[in-house]
This record gives sequence, structure tokens and C-alpha cells, in this order.
Amino acid sequence: MHVPDGFFNAAVSIGAGAFAAAGLAVCLRGARRELDDRTAPMAGLVAAFIFAVQMLNFPVAAGTSGHLLGGTLAAVLVGPYTAVLCVAVVLLVQGFFFADGGLTALGVNITLMAIVTSVVGWAVFRLIVRSAPRSRAAIPVAAFIGAAVSVPVAAMGFTLLFWIGGTAPIDVSSVAIAMGGVHVLIGLGEGLITALTVSSVLAVRPDLVYGAKGLKAKLVLRTADGASTEVAGGPAPAPSRSLRPLLIGGALVTVLLAGVVSFYASSSPDGLEKVAGDKGLNVNERGHSLGGGPLSDYSVKGVQDERLSVGVAGVAGVGITVLAGGAIFYVVRRRNRQGEAEGRLDGDKVSA
Amino acid sequence: MGAGHTHQLYRPGDTVIHRLPPQCKLPAVAAFAVVVVATPREAFWAFGVYALLLAAVAAVARVPARFLLRRMVIEVPFVIFAVALPIIGLGERVEVLGLSLSSAGLWSAWNILAKATLGVVASILLAATTEPRTMLLGAQRLRLPQTLVQIAMFMLRYMDVILDEMRRMRVAREARGFVARDVRHLPVIAKSAGALFIRSYERGERVHLAMLSRGYTGSMPVIDNLRASARSWATASLLPMAALATAVLSWSLT
Repeated sequence: MHVPDGFFNAAVSIGAGAFAAAGLAVCLRGARRELDDRTAPMAGLVAAFIFAVQMLNFPVAAGTSGHLLGGTLAAVLVGPYTAVLCVAVVLLVQGFFFADGGLTALGVNITLMAIVTSVVGWAVFRLIVRSAPRSRAAIPVAAFIGAAVSVPVAAMGFTLLFWIGGTAPIDVSSVAIAMGGVHVLIGLGEGLITALTVSSVLAVRPDLVYGAKGLKAKLVLRTADGASTEVAGGPAPAPSRSLRPLLIGGALVTVLLAGVVSFYASSSPDGLEKVAGDKGLNVNERGHSLGGGPLSDYSVKGVQDERLSVGVAGVAGVGITVLAGGAIFYVVRRRNRQGEAEGRLDGDKVSA
Repeated sequence: MGAGHTHQLYRPGDTVIHRLPPQCKLPAVAAFAVVVVATPREAFWAFGVYALLLAAVAAVARVPARFLLRRMVIEVPFVIFAVALPIIGLGERVEVLGLSLSSAGLWSAWNILAKATLGVVASILLAATTEPRTMLLGAQRLRLPQTLVQIAMFMLRYMDVILDEMRRMRVAREARGFVARDVRHLPVIAKSAGALFIRSYERGERVHLAMLSRGYTGSMPVIDNLRASARSWATASLLPMAALATAVLSWSLT
């Protein structure tokens, strides 16, 4: 899936590069919160692990084998920020040392394979873990769904970028179908191996699984006279921390869906027109005199522009909706959290 | 593993290109890739000039063609994709050797093949003439975020260790008669991956503690002083400059 040079035009490459750089900057800050001064050695070793695991081929169906992308696996094991950093470093090393993936396509590769897979996988994972009852069994299931969703979403992201600035003359809907179909399968394999790996780590060292941090039982101190006090655990990941990746992931999925859906909505008349054009061409062939070439060219161009405008309008509409809704949600959430924080402070005082 | 302390991707040597400071080579190769991508695909001769430029670099660096070709295998999946393009592409069709091919598909197949191959060869030459460690030092001198460079350093340093652990686990699996044939064998592989993760993570913790005990405060001291003179910058910029001149010529011609 490593995109080489020359696959996307310059505008998309630069845009994706800027997006990737911004994402990495955010993740550098976030990873320091997840790992403190351990960031460099821990993330480095996890990156080496991901590099190794990507070489681990596993059988998907008869005769074909796939390999792990590892974005969701890393996010569940070490946290989303560190995961993005690790996968991005793996991609950088592969690009510069192994010539795997073009240097001008690094932005696209990091955006799709590091940021989109990790963030989407983690968002889905958190959503399921938080809505499911608190149990250890929910973790692998959530990891399965997160990983299984993240891969097709990344493939759709590829399709979207290809639609904006791909250099190959393939119908976007056929790219979407081919990429989507293949990557739903790959996603299932990825999900399966992610879930199994997470559950095997969970069985041996549950404390290492970042996504299972909320499962730690509270420490209860019982004194000789029978009184018991709950000790607030260490720096458990507060819901506030997981909110931002969730929001970003949600926005990303929505924008992707909007792009794809609006594209499909506008591509059905295109299909009709194509059939009509075919028939018209037949008529022309019989009539000999009417050359419809440029006309059909113009109509295709017109449809493409329309499609683009519909897509842009869809994405913009979704953006505005998400911004407005997000603002309201954020205000409400903030008020709630203030209440929560005050309550927690009181609790701390009691336990102290 | 028997190759001493040098990495398998690196070809030790003592040529002009080997001696160039990495902070000059990195931007040079990146700029070359950008120029190649920005060249219009109709300018066949420009790509020929780029290939000649790279061949000259390889000759000066004494990187044999066989080494380059062997490393270019990494490109194969996209070559297959590029070959498929003229068959599945849209637009007007042309007859080539009795096959109906899309001319736009042929163009873009050529586009991807040429640009991707040039990019791959440039990256291979960079990796072959620059020690991985010094490449990261060069990245550090180019003001890449410290943390990112450090993560990459630790990754490179321990990559072979981790890969070796994985290889040992594979040998152990296969010594017990395990062959991954279908989906039912996934749990075994997943357990290996889980074990590998625990080993990597615990090794990371040990490495961190060992570094703390040696006075690590979050940043690595710079031991090698990689100064780049104006002359080495000029030498390194020869490749992208020549490419840029070619590209400008091709833009004005088409």
C-alpha cells in the first residue's frame, strides 16, 4: 500500500504533506503526555515492533496472505498519539532507507497509513469500549471492530485523494469499489489479528495495554476496624483525554463519508449519461456525418466539474455542521466536566 | 548478520558521495524527487537525462548496477499496477500488438513507472552511500523535531534485535512443525506478535532505565560534529540543479 512517486499530482502531495506534518506536531505533544521522557526509547522500540510485525505475513484466504498495517494495534497497545508517531517513523524509515514509498508521497503515506488508521481505529475502539459494559472481554472485540473499520476507511481516504489528484485515468467509482472490496477483506484479517494479539498481551501483561487502562480495579484499603476507603488510582486516562481523538476521528469519517456519498449521489446520472452517450455514439456511427467526439468530451467535463462541486459542497456542509454541533457539544461537555472535576476534588479530600 | 557493524542497506566506501555530509544529501535527494515528479510526462528525453544523472551518481559512488537492481524489487507491486493501467484505463483506445489499450492509461502507466523508478533509485543511492546513523544525525542538523529523530534512532538501533527475536520465534514455531495455512492458524501468529510486543516494550523500559542511569535527560548529546562546508553544499546541489535545469527546459519545450 506504499504509494510511490508520481502517483499523485503535486498539489495533493504537498497538501497531504502539510496535513501529515501538522498531525505529527500534534502527536509529538500528545505522546509526551502519554510517555513523558520515556517517549523516545519506548516509541522507538514500539516502532521497531511495528516494523517487524508488518513483515509477519498471515494467511487471509486460500493462497493469499496479507500483512498487518498495525495502526490500530499500536493505538490500542500504546495510545493513539504514540501510535501515529511510531507508524509515521516506520514509514519515514521505509521511505528513506528501504526506498519503499516515494519521498514526495510521504505525506500521503503518513496521512493514510499512520494518521487515518490509528485515529479511526482508536476512535471506534474507544466508542465501543465506553458504550460496552466494563469488562476485559470487550477490549479485543472493540479492537477487532476498530481495526476492521480503520483499513477500509484508509482505503476510502486513498480513493478520495485519488479523486482529487490522481494521475491515472481510472473511473473513481471503480477505484472505490476495488479498493473498498479488497480492503474490507484485508480489514477483517487486520481486525482478527489485532484482536488476537491484543487479547494475548491482555492475558500476560494487562497493564501494558493502553486501551485497557480504564479497567483497573480501584484500590480499596480496609483497616482493622472494618472501615474501607477507596484510593483514587494513579493518572487514569480521564475521558477528557480521549475526547479529542474521538472528535477528530469522527470528523474525518464524516468528511470521508460525505465525499463518497455525495460522489455516489452525483455519479448515478453520470452512469445514465454514459449509457445515453454510448447509444448516441451508435447513432452517429450509422449516420456517418455527426462527429460527437468533442461534445461528449464537454459533457464529461461538465459532469466532472459538477461532481467536484457537489463533493466540495458536501464536505463544506458537513464541516459547518460538525463545527456548529461540535461547538455546542464542547460547551455542554465542558460544563459537565467542571461539575465532575469539582466532585472528584471533593472525593480526593475525603479519601485524603 | 555476519556483515560486521554496517547495515545491509549501506555499501561502505570512500568516494565523494560517501564523504558528503548527510544534511546536504537528504535535501538534495528530496529536491530531485520533487523535480522529477513535477516534470511533464510528455518529455521523454527529460527522464532519460534524469536516469543518466542517477547513473553518473551511481558510477561516482561505485554502487554496482546489480546491487541497485536487487534493491529495486521493492517496486514490483506498483509495476504490476502500472501494467494493469492501460488495460483498465478509460478514454480512447489504441491498438497495440492486437490489444486494445487506453492511451490515457498508457500515458499514466509510463508516468508512474518512470517517476517511481527514478525516485526509488535515488532513495537507494542515498541509503547505499549514507550510514543510517549519520543520516539521522543529518536530519537532526536539518532541524527535524528532536523527538522524531530520536524515535527513528532507537528504531534503527533495535530493529535488527527485534527482527532477530521474531526470526527466532519463527524458527521455534517451524521446528515444531507449524505452517500457517489458513485463518485457523492466526491465533498462533497473533500470540507470537503479542509476545514480540511484550518483549519490545519491556526492552524499551530496560533501555530507558539504562539510559537514565547514564544521565539521559531527554535529549541526546551530539558527539559527531557534522559541519557542512559551502563546497559540500555546492557538490550536493549538483544533482537537483542539473535536474531542475532539465525540468525547466522540458517545461519551456512542451
